[in-house]
Amino acid sequence: MSKKLRVATTSLAGCFGCHMSFLDIDERLLTLLDLVEFDRSPINDIKHCGPCDIGIIEGGVCNAENVHVLREFRKNCKIIIAIGACAINGGLPAQRNHLDLASCLTEVYLTEPGLAHGHIPNDPELPLPLDKVHPLYEVVKIDYYIPGCPPSGDAIWKFLTDLIAGRTPELGHGLIKYD
Amino acid sequence: MLPDNETRINDSAELWLDQAVTRYESDSSRLLQILHEVQERFGHISQQATGILAEKLDIPRARIESVASFYSFLHLKPHGEYRVLFSDNITDRMLGSEALMEQMCQLLWLQPGKVSEDGLVSINTTSCTGMCDQGPAMLVNGRAITRLSHQRVQEIAQLIRNRTPLADWPADFFRVEDNIRRSGLLLGNTLAYGEVLHAAVTAGAQQIVEVVKASGLRGRGGAGFPTGQKWEACRNAPGKEHYVVCNADEGEPGTFKDRVLLTRQADLVFEGMTLCALAVGASKGFLYLRGEYRYLLEPLHAVLQRRRDSNLLGISILGKPGFDFDIEIHLGAGAYICGEESALIESLEGKRGVPRSRPPFPVTHGYMQQPTAVDNVETFCQAALAVQMGAEKYRAIGTEKSSGSKLVSVSGDCAYPGIYEYPFGVTVREILQDCGAVNTRAVQISGPSGVCVPENEFNRKLGFEDLPTAGAFMVFDDSRDMFEVARNYVHFFAHESCGFCTPCRVGTSMLKQTMDKIANGHGTKHDLREIDKLDRVLQNTSHCGLGRTACNPVLHTLKHFRPAYENRLKSLDFKPAFDLDGSLARARQMTGRDDAGAHLKETE
Amino acid sequence: MSDTFQLDGAVVPFEPGQTVMQAALAAGHYIPHLCYHPEFKPHGSCKLCTVKVNGRTIASCTMPAEAGLNVESNIEELNALRRALVQMLFAEGNHFCPSCEKSGNCVLQALGYDLEVHATGFRHLYPDRPLDASHPDILLDFNRCVLCELCVRASSEVDGKNVFALAGRGITKHLIVNSESGLLKDTNIALTDKAMEVCPVGVILKKRVGFSQPIGERRYDQRPISAQALDDAPRLSGSGGSCPACEDAS
Repeated sequence: MSKKLRVATTSLAGCFGCHMSFLDIDERLLTLLDLVEFDRSPINDIKHCGPCDIGIIEGGVCNAENVHVLREFRKNCKIIIAIGACAINGGLPAQRNHLDLASCLTEVYLTEPGLAHGHIPNDPELPLPLDKVHPLYEVVKIDYYIPGCPPSGDAIWKFLTDLIAGRTPELGHGLIKYD
Repeated sequence: MLPDNETRINDSAELWLDQAVTRYESDSSRLLQILHEVQERFGHISQQATGILAEKLDIPRARIESVASFYSFLHLKPHGEYRVLFSDNITDRMLGSEALMEQMCQLLWLQPGKVSEDGLVSINTTSCTGMCDQGPAMLVNGRAITRLSHQRVQEIAQLIRNRTPLADWPADFFRVEDNIRRSGLLLGNTLAYGEVLHAAVTAGAQQIVEVVKASGLRGRGGAGFPTGQKWEACRNAPGKEHYVVCNADEGEPGTFKDRVLLTRQADLVFEGMTLCALAVGASKGFLYLRGEYRYLLEPLHAVLQRRRDSNLLGISILGKPGFDFDIEIHLGAGAYICGEESALIESLEGKRGVPRSRPPFPVTHGYMQQPTAVDNVETFCQAALAVQMGAEKYRAIGTEKSSGSKLVSVSGDCAYPGIYEYPFGVTVREILQDCGAVNTRAVQISGPSGVCVPENEFNRKLGFEDLPTAGAFMVFDDSRDMFEVARNYVHFFAHESCGFCTPCRVGTSMLKQTMDKIANGHGTKHDLREIDKLDRVLQNTSHCGLGRTACNPVLHTLKHFRPAYENRLKSLDFKPAFDLDGSLARARQMTGRDDAGAHLKETE
Repeated sequence: MSDTFQLDGAVVPFEPGQTVMQAALAAGHYIPHLCYHPEFKPHGSCKLCTVKVNGRTIASCTMPAEAGLNVESNIEELNALRRALVQMLFAEGNHFCPSCEKSGNCVLQALGYDLEVHATGFRHLYPDRPLDASHPDILLDFNRCVLCELCVRASSEVDGKNVFALAGRGITKHLIVNSESGLLKDTNIALTDKAMEVCPVGVILKKRVGFSQPIGERRYDQRPISAQALDDAPRLSGSGGSCPACEDAS
């Protein structure tokens, strides 16, 4: 048997819903594990991504840390797949894009009624937010997209098996979803 | 200045509105002309005025808002007592318009696109105003001002600060030179007004059509449709009424020949229109004058009146019973797309200038769905000349498929910008020599949608066989950056897209975004592929010529001047679409952080 | 015996006055479309229905059918253009499907599904388009407007009201309503208006009835739009009955 493909996954400005959906492939996970092994992923808690064949990323880019992680993936993965609405078009977090970041921060941390001695967090440990939330492809090159919020386990399965088998991934009616 | 909803119209203003509507016979198809007058009188079309007009014209107020917001020169909100628009063609930029605009903004303490807090003035850019031979140019409250300099901008700023009425500004500001550098059969004609018409009335309608057909005359607006064929089709099309429309919406950046023709040869233009009316059986004609040439309105009205007085217009023209024809001038309001004939007709009907689906074509379903012959200003002049000279003599001028002469509007890097008339078949090189151009890198023929001709192609000829043109001839010497030329044109298309169809509405903005990205140093090879993709969509799916040709300036300059693009591209295959570190600036400001973690490198 | 033209190799009969789109749908051939609606005069703005007629690209909804035309539609070259047009519309507005109650019944979304559009492909413009929730029973979410003018046409041609109009030019073109305040509550729109039924996306919404259909049972969950559109069309060309697409939405 040929060498297993090495796969890394992460969530940036996302909700881990796409990861949950990934687990929805259920017993097919076992079949998948015959074909792939996992690098950095919430499944195994590896913190940094090493050289991989495939990187699967959910969530958009909303802060400086997201940029670093995304770049680490791009540097190490031969193929990057953006999974889910947030990774593809910014999704829910991008709903703040027509608002001014400064007024968001001011309202949330300073002027919100009932807030006493509020201050905008400035600990260097915290990643700074970008003024807009961006889809992944605006920051690095993306090879494939699996749309959906989240995509169903079946859609993820179909897509990955196509890809692993060397076919152009196609979802088709019922599996391609934007919601 | 009061916010709009508090600027109440008083009784005298309401009376004025009432009279204006009455003057246009409460005809909602004259809406654009009415709005023009309201704009000129009040500086903007207020909510209250909109309500009054809607009631008097018996149309929904949303229609008024819909039409007014389509045209750049009409404003639904207060836009300053003085509305300054800098012409933003590349030729204006080459003459320093950007620095002049910045200077003026500083002198008057305001930002481009904004109205000053006291409501005195607004400053912005507008598409080419047709003064490329005497730029940089601007419009103030719709009036053209030429030959701007730092000195002149200073004077203008002072006049505005003093609230000096425009009528009291130095006349020299508004002087528009004709700059005729070379004349031929058109500009050199010595015809007395009415002369051609006299002969034609005797010859009769059929004869006019035959001569124009046999002369090989083709439309001078760029597309080159055979004029005689158009007139014949219009004549044969059934309809309650037939119409003649002169397209003087000369909006193609770099073109200004119609300005000169309407100044110097207005009689010949109207003579050609009247001939056409006789030929197609029309009793009503329109001259669609671009808003930028507002200053020509009164002189043109005077010429029309003189022609009426001489029985060259009106009832039974030159004593021929049943030959009734008159011409009305319709003023545009800042929309390049109205140069497209079906959009022009929509605009004539008081609507948004959106090109119609064709077929049917205007010759059968034009103004008010009736047969309409729409021709360019120069075409009407040439038609009159062809009828006067006879087909054979006319055909002898020019080339086989392009008979007659062509007016060329020369601007850009040359010693003698202005109007040059040549028989068709003249080479680019000859024109460059005549206009005193040296070290020329490229010439843009027929405006942004036309062709960019590089040095090794200067032997190419103007004419429908090789380089068809509406007349723009913009010269760029070797100091010019052809990428910036293309970027200026791309901005023009995005600004002028009517927004009707998806590909043009969105695609021109995407193209603009991509060109700006490259200009800002964020471009990669990926962006060139993106341009290709946009071009395929725009060329194949756009509703009209604007969208279909919007990528031309980029494709042509990419083909001939690729290094101008590649020098700007990062060597990387991919770069973020935006400034990463810059997009943390807001958060740095709010948190007061400036540590290493508060920054992002462009690449890692 | 009516005249015919060729569509992707099939023979399509047509009646005089029909456009290529109308004849194709009536004969059971699907051509992707968005701004075209069987009950209204073709408009030709979305350009999704672009076909090749004798080698030239043109919108099939406004192209009069003529005998002997050679029309190509379902070819990769055209589907690639259609994909790009769908992507442009997604990039132009703010289409956040998961929060949209029209999701599953949305024509734009269904077109994306059918054309296998996986990503937007263009930079999102993220425009700022505030909602109009002023009306007690109707919500306008302009974020999703694709400027097809169906509501404009329906309100003017069927309802005789002119509640909607388009304003602005180019990329700033937008939907407006006919009232001095600019708010829907001050117009004479009614829930029973045709204009309430025709929005192909999620702009014009009845309040308090959203998300009534479970996921899996919505219009385009069941069948792809290419099949659904054919079901709708023939009934219309015949007796002039109502449009199932509209009934569904109401």
